[in-house]
Amino acid sequence: MMRYLMSRLWQSLVLLLLVSMIGFAVLNLAPGGPLSQYALTPGMTQEALDRIARQMGLDRPLPIQYLDWLWHLLQGDWGRSYRDSQPVLGIIGGHLFATLLLMGTSTALSIAIGTWIGIKGATKRYSIFDYTATVGAMVALSIPTFWFGLVAIYVFALKLKWLPAGNMYTIGDGSIGDYAIHLIMPSVVLALVNVAVWSRYMRTATLDVINQDFVRTARAKGLSQRRVLMKHVIGNALLPMITLAGLQLPTILGGALVTETVFTWPGMGRLFLDSLGYNDYPVIMGLLMFSAILVLIGNLCADLLVAFVDPRIRLG
Amino acid sequence: MSDDKQYSILNPTRRQALTMMMLASASGIVMPGLIGKDKAFAATPPEKPTGQLIIGFSQEPTVFNPHLLHIEVDEGIHFSIFDPLFGVDPDGKFFPQLAAEVPTVENGGISADGLTWKVKLRDGVKWHDGKPFTADDVKFTLELLVDENFRSWRRTGHDLVRDLTVVSPTEITWRMEKPFAPYPSILAATFIVPKHGFENEADKNTAAFNNAPVGTGPFKWVERVAGDHITLEANTDYFGDGPYLERVIYKYIPDLTVLYTQFKTGDIDVAGLQWITPDHYEEAKELEGKTVLVVPGSTVESFTFNMERPQFKDPAVRQALYHALDKATIIDALYYGLPAPTESYVPQQSFYFNADLPKHEFDLEKAKKLLDDAGWVPGGDGIRAKDGVRLSFSNSTTAGNHIREQVQQFVQQSFKDIGVEMTISNLPPAVMWGEYWMMSQFDSVVVGLDFLTGADPDTSDYFRSTSINAKGGAGQNNWQYASKEVDDLLTEGGQVFVPDERKKIYLKIQEVVRNDLPFLPMFQYATVRGYKTGVEGVNYNVNTRIDSWNVGSWYRTA
Repeated sequence: MMRYLMSRLWQSLVLLLLVSMIGFAVLNLAPGGPLSQYALTPGMTQEALDRIARQMGLDRPLPIQYLDWLWHLLQGDWGRSYRDSQPVLGIIGGHLFATLLLMGTSTALSIAIGTWIGIKGATKRYSIFDYTATVGAMVALSIPTFWFGLVAIYVFALKLKWLPAGNMYTIGDGSIGDYAIHLIMPSVVLALVNVAVWSRYMRTATLDVINQDFVRTARAKGLSQRRVLMKHVIGNALLPMITLAGLQLPTILGGALVTETVFTWPGMGRLFLDSLGYNDYPVIMGLLMFSAILVLIGNLCADLLVAFVDPRIRLG
Repeated sequence: MSDDKQYSILNPTRRQALTMMMLASASGIVMPGLIGKDKAFAATPPEKPTGQLIIGFSQEPTVFNPHLLHIEVDEGIHFSIFDPLFGVDPDGKFFPQLAAEVPTVENGGISADGLTWKVKLRDGVKWHDGKPFTADDVKFTLELLVDENFRSWRRTGHDLVRDLTVVSPTEITWRMEKPFAPYPSILAATFIVPKHGFENEADKNTAAFNNAPVGTGPFKWVERVAGDHITLEANTDYFGDGPYLERVIYKYIPDLTVLYTQFKTGDIDVAGLQWITPDHYEEAKELEGKTVLVVPGSTVESFTFNMERPQFKDPAVRQALYHALDKATIIDALYYGLPAPTESYVPQQSFYFNADLPKHEFDLEKAKKLLDDAGWVPGGDGIRAKDGVRLSFSNSTTAGNHIREQVQQFVQQSFKDIGVEMTISNLPPAVMWGEYWMMSQFDSVVVGLDFLTGADPDTSDYFRSTSINAKGGAGQNNWQYASKEVDDLLTEGGQVFVPDERKKIYLKIQEVVRNDLPFLPMFQYATVRGYKTGVEGVNYNVNTRIDSWNVGSWYRTA
C-alpha cells in the first residue's frame, strides 16, 4: 500500500512539472501579453510599455522566466497578480469560499436528487416516471445555463420579486439567512444540469447491478424488494459513482463560469476568465497548478476510496 | 420633449427640464452634464451623510494606487478616495481642490514663459488616517511618478519637472525643463498620495498602501471583496463639498446584460462604466423610477489609414474614401442613432472644438470623380490602380466586436462601388492593439480613440511626426502622419498658457487634420447611462473618464 502510494505521488510530481511547463509555454507564446491592454490608454507609448515590461521582468528569455517562477513556487511563493499585486494563493483562497459554497450546495443537491431519480427510473423501467425523467434529463442537458439563469432571474427576481437577482449576499448584511436566499437560484440552476447527468449515470449503474446473478439469488431467497434494493443493489451501484465524484472534484472547485457570471457570484470560474482576459500570468499559472493538483488528488482519493469500499480490489 | 438625437435628455424631471430650458436659451448647447448645477431648483443635500449607493461596473477595479499602470474603471475608486491639486469641471474649467487656488499666469502661479510654477496649498487638510496633508506629499507624488523603479502609468509632463522645493507646508515651487502647456490638464488628473503611506516600503509597486489606500478625498477605504465589490465610507472631515452618502459601494458585474438586469431590479443604483448597451436603450428610457440619458463621451471613432502605404499616399484617395463613407446609415442602422457625427477628433463639448470644419458629404459620384481625376483607373477586375498600385487594402479591428464588424462589411460594399477593394482581417484584442497597432503594421483600422489629455487639446502624441513608434519615435502616431505645419502648430500651442490664445492654434490644427485626413472621423461616441431617480448630483463630465468623478457631491432623495 505504502509503495503504491509513493509511486503514485512520484508520477504525480512529474506530471505536475510537465503541466506547468506546457502551460507556461502556451500562455507566453500566445500573442499580446499582459501589457497590450494598456496600448489604447491616452498618452501611452511603446517606449513606456517596454520600460514597464523591463521592470516586470517580461523582457527576459522564456526559459529563465519559467525557472524563476518554478524556483519561487518550490519555496512556496506562488507569485503576485499583475492586476492588484496580491499574492496568488491569497487570491485563489478568496474566491474558493464562494465557489465551495455554490458548487457544494448544488453538487449535494444534484447527487441526492440525481441518485434518487436514477434508482427509481431503473427499478420502474419504462414507467411514466422513467420516461419523464429521461426526457427531462435530455431537456435539462440541452438548455444553455446562461439562458436558463436569465429566465429564472426574469421570473423570480424581476416579476415575482421572490428572490434576489444575483450576488452572494446583500452588502452590509451577510447573515446566514441572507446567504441562503441568494444561494437558491444559482444552485438550483446549476444543479439542473447535474441532476440530469447523475440520474443517467445512476440509472445505468443500477440496471447493471439489477441484472446480476446475486440479485436474482437474493430475490430467490425471498428477500423483500426493498431489502434487495437497499442491501444489495444500491451499495454496488454507487461504486462507479465514487469514481465519478472523485473526477468531479476539480470541476467542483474550478467553479461554474456561466452561472457565476449570470448571478455575479465571485467564484473561481470568474477569476479564471478575468485573469485570462488580462493575461494575468501568475494567477493563471496558479489556477492551472491548483486544478492539476486537484485532478491528481481527486483521482487518487477515488481509487483509495473504491479499494476501501470494495474489498475485491487490492492495491499494490 | 423632442427626441434630439445628439444631446437628448430623456424623461427629465421637472427640475431638469427647467434647468435645460434655461441653458438651452443661454448657450444653444444642451448637455446632460449640466443637470443639477443650478442649486436653486435642486433638492437640498442632507445635513450629515445618509444612506448608501451601489454603483455597478462591468470591469473590476483592482489598482488603487492612482499612479500605477491602470485602466479607466480604476479611476472610479481614485476619484472617490483622492484629490488632485485642482480638478476639471464639465466645461473644461479648473477648480481648486488641494491647491488653495488654481495656478495661472494671471495670479502668478505660472510664470509667463511657463517655466516657473508656484502652488499654494489648502491649509488644514487631513489624510484619512488623521495625519496632516503638506507640500511634502505633493513633492513625493511628483517624484514617485518618475521613479525609475515604479510602474508609473504616466510620466509625460512630470518628467519635465525640476527643482521641486517645499517652501512651507502650504507652498511648493518647481521649474519646468521646457514650457509644456498641457501640464495643468495632466495635474488635474494627478491624485496626491501621502508620503507616509510608502515609508519603509522596499518596493513601492507592492506596497501595502496600494491595497488599502489612504487619501484626502470624500470617501475612505473600508474593504474590498475581490471579484465582487469595494466598500467606501464617508470622510466626515472632507474639506470640499459633501460627502452626503454614508457609504458608496462599487459592485463588479462582469456581464452587461446582467448589469442592465440588476439596474432594472434595483440591485444597483447607478449603471456605471460600460453602461447600458445601445440595444436596451428603447426599453430603458421607459423604465419607471429610473433616469436614463444619452451622454456624449470623449472617444471618437475613426477609419484610420497607415499613411506609409502607397495606396494612401495620394490625398485624393483619402478624400474619395471619405465621400464613400455613409456615416448616417452606420450611425442610425448600426449604432441605434446614438452617436453624433463629427469632423474633428476633439469632443464637441470641448472648449477647443472647431465647429466650422467642412461638413462630410456622402456622395459616391464625387468619390469616383475624385479618383478618376487623380488618375486611378479601374483595371480588368474593376479595381482601380495607378502606377502599378492597386487600390486594395485590408482593414482590421478587434475580432468579436460585432457592431464594428458590421460597419466593416457595410463600408466594404460602399468602397467596392467606387472600385476600391477592402478585405477584412480582424484580430483578437491582445494582438490587434499590440505591435500590430503600435508599430503600424496595418493597412487600415477602425478604432475609437480618446485624443485629448483630459481637457487639454494637445495631441502631440497622435500627430507629431516624432511620435511614430515605427520610425523610432515615441507616441501613438500610428497612422504615421507627418505634417510640418501641424508639427509647428503643436510646438507653438505647447508653449502658450492663456486658453483663448491657445484655442486659435488648436482650431487651426483641427482644420489641417480635417483637410489631410490621416483618418476619416466617423462619430463621437455617446453612451446610454442610467441611475435610480432620486439620486442627485450626477454630473457627467466629458473631461474625465469616469461618471463618479464628483461622487462626493452625490446624495439621495429617494
